[in-house]
Amino acid sequence: MSKMITRRAFAASSAAAAAVAGFGFKPALAQAYPARPVTVIVPWGAGGGTDATARIVAALLEKDLGQPFNVVNRTGGSGVVGHTAIATAPADGYTIGMLTVEISMMHWQGLTELAPKSYTPLALMNEDPPGIQVSSTSPYKTVKELADAIKAAPAGKFKASGTGQGGIWHLALVGWLQAMGLAPNHVAWVPSNGAAPAMQDLAAGGLDLTTCSVPEARAIIEAGKARSLAVMATARNPVFADVPTLKEAMGIDYSTGAWRGIAGPKGMPADIATKLTASLKKVYDSKEFKEFMSNRGFGTVWGDATEFAAFMDKGDAQMGVAMKAAGLSKA
Amino acid sequence: MLNTLAQAFALISTWEVIVAMLAASVYGLVIGSLPGLSATMATALLVPVTFYLSPIAAIATIVAASSMAIFSGDIPGALLRIPGTPASAAYADEAYAMTRKGEAELALGAGVWFSAVGGIAGTLSLMILAPPLAEIALSFSTFEYFWLAFLGLMCATLVARSSPVKAIASMFIGLLVSCIGIENPGGVPRFTFGVTNLLGGIEPIPALVGVFAVAQVMRAMLTPEPPPIPRRKFGSIMAGQWLLTKKYHWQMTRGNIIGIIIGVLPGAGADMAAWVSYAMSKRFSKEPEKFGTGHVEGLVEAGASNNASIASGWVPSLLFGIPGDTIAAIAIGVLYMKGLNPGPTLFTEKASSMYAIYLMFIIANIIMIPFGIVMIRLASHVLRAPRSTVMPVIMLCCAVGSFAIGNNMFGVVTVATFGIIGYVMEENGYPVAAMVLGIVMGTMIEQSFVTSLIKSDGSVLPFFERPIAAILAAMAIGALIWPVLVWVWRKLRREPAPATASR
Repeated sequence: MSKMITRRAFAASSAAAAAVAGFGFKPALAQAYPARPVTVIVPWGAGGGTDATARIVAALLEKDLGQPFNVVNRTGGSGVVGHTAIATAPADGYTIGMLTVEISMMHWQGLTELAPKSYTPLALMNEDPPGIQVSSTSPYKTVKELADAIKAAPAGKFKASGTGQGGIWHLALVGWLQAMGLAPNHVAWVPSNGAAPAMQDLAAGGLDLTTCSVPEARAIIEAGKARSLAVMATARNPVFADVPTLKEAMGIDYSTGAWRGIAGPKGMPADIATKLTASLKKVYDSKEFKEFMSNRGFGTVWGDATEFAAFMDKGDAQMGVAMKAAGLSKA
Repeated sequence: MLNTLAQAFALISTWEVIVAMLAASVYGLVIGSLPGLSATMATALLVPVTFYLSPIAAIATIVAASSMAIFSGDIPGALLRIPGTPASAAYADEAYAMTRKGEAELALGAGVWFSAVGGIAGTLSLMILAPPLAEIALSFSTFEYFWLAFLGLMCATLVARSSPVKAIASMFIGLLVSCIGIENPGGVPRFTFGVTNLLGGIEPIPALVGVFAVAQVMRAMLTPEPPPIPRRKFGSIMAGQWLLTKKYHWQMTRGNIIGIIIGVLPGAGADMAAWVSYAMSKRFSKEPEKFGTGHVEGLVEAGASNNASIASGWVPSLLFGIPGDTIAAIAIGVLYMKGLNPGPTLFTEKASSMYAIYLMFIIANIIMIPFGIVMIRLASHVLRAPRSTVMPVIMLCCAVGSFAIGNNMFGVVTVATFGIIGYVMEENGYPVAAMVLGIVMGTMIEQSFVTSLIKSDGSVLPFFERPIAAILAAMAIGALIWPVLVWVWRKLRREPAPATASR
């Protein structure tokens, strides 16, 4: 068993090595795609939500298309490293990857030249809206009470967290504050290494609120250490049906979210892209995928190649506005 | 309770679970003992396999592989002075010194025996104390983490054998290395020189592999073959362990307790547990002068500590979905995937599954003893193998392992670079272990310090106001000024004597 694992990992690694070095062999034209194993690059670490989603998608693609889809984690640099690896891989359909919302944010910060335009979009699979969580010992029972307290308090008194500086949940906070007519830094942002440490700090009494997604806050909420006051989405999450949307609770029509989708390098052959999108649709509709996502409380959203491209363009423009307002943009 | 225990036994006594556990144990032992392949990587590579297993079997593989890998990281540390995992780095020098003295079996035997004891102690804490321990973990905010990381950094001077000044210098080099990248509180790229790969920063594992393994290979190439260790029968591995247990029972218990507490704190984990325990052992030892010369006392305490932290690291993971360390982070992903969502309901609604996890921890730590003995016996052949065959194999392992960490060539370049840095540092008497400590702790100390200041609007008062933070601060400051006080006291007492003599 151990042998099998190492050999498989080695095969995946060597495939990636070949891809990085630019040796991606050209598939024989006569053969139907996929004629050999496909590498799926994930810009985030093993064990996280993006990794888990990519692995279930890869397993189901493998079932549908009959070739191994090997998930390779290319971590680091807040996602820049992995996203770069996807964009610079040979566009032959044998290296694809999972894009995350950061691709529409990083180029505004001047971290990379890469933008949604640098890829061949294949399908949008998931979107999770941010929530607004407070500690269970917090005096605020509704998002309205919290908002009123924030408005009344001097700038910087309230402290929020959920991810790193300029991360998606930071921008969610900025968007919400702006929708309320407040300055983007009216609530101070405390950068953290992800949602889990932020939720822990919330429970430890170090923060006033977090704006990470509700699934990320789930275990702490279920432990009775925190509660979710609202979601910044157009509809409630069926797994957390008693948490209202911002619109329902305060009449503010603001929504955003962290999304995940599958894409390849720019300039992939159209027939291969179409085939992959069709197969991804089957994956999306499968019972296994739906069950897996609802188990973890992840939202499912479908968008085919064109819809995904339009979705990313819209999100990209929105992010640009929010990041400029927050003073995070260098572009 | 008895009923749930019986159900738990039924859950784990299926062929699938037994086979999965045994196979994962062998796999964990092998991966952990190869320099450059860490316990975290062993666990990460298991994730795709767990897709095809039942929930209990899936968790069994992770429990068994991670426990085994942390222990077997001691093996190359003792035999070749190349720690297999960062958790073994704290005492690799000590264990290697014992091997050179011809006490390899005692060093490795202490590794396996006290690891097993520590693992079982950690499991018991998980069973009995999970809710109160979780409360402790949840009361730690960034203020407390700052002091904890500060105390961790202070271990650098205690652990090193060289001059404290050089140890502190090495640690600062490590801190400087940890500044590289974008994963800092400001989200600003630092020292990246426009290189995309540097945005991710320098991970501790490639740095560790470089400074220990590659530098060791370079030294071997440049120095004549050392006098061979006298050829003799490799003695019994477990023989002296009971005596050690009796002699060092207090050190062992302290190691267990420290390991359990550090393990429970999210983000600290086995690496820090080993460092703190080794330093504690030296600080409170009756014979601190023997440390670094091949003295087993520190091994007992640190070995007991790092394995205890593995089990207790599951407490915040299971109760709140907050990982205690990177291994637990991967385990959480698997738990979710298998429908065992972390949370307090896991302890009530799925009590039999929980007991099954406890039982698996205990079984894994018991089978560690026979498996570990076999592994040590096999590995000990390395001591007799000619250097010209061992060193190329180590280089190969380093290259493969460092590639596999990030699946790119950058890892290999990092390892090579740190090999050179490590070699130069060692040649000039700068302890590389202190640098590794700086790299491991750097991110945590910066993150906790900066975020604490943001939260307190720039005031340093909350670092001393919160009760736990105040205790930790007192410990840290006390440890800092204690040597100064002792020095002043001695100076004051000695001063009059020469003064009168000169008259």
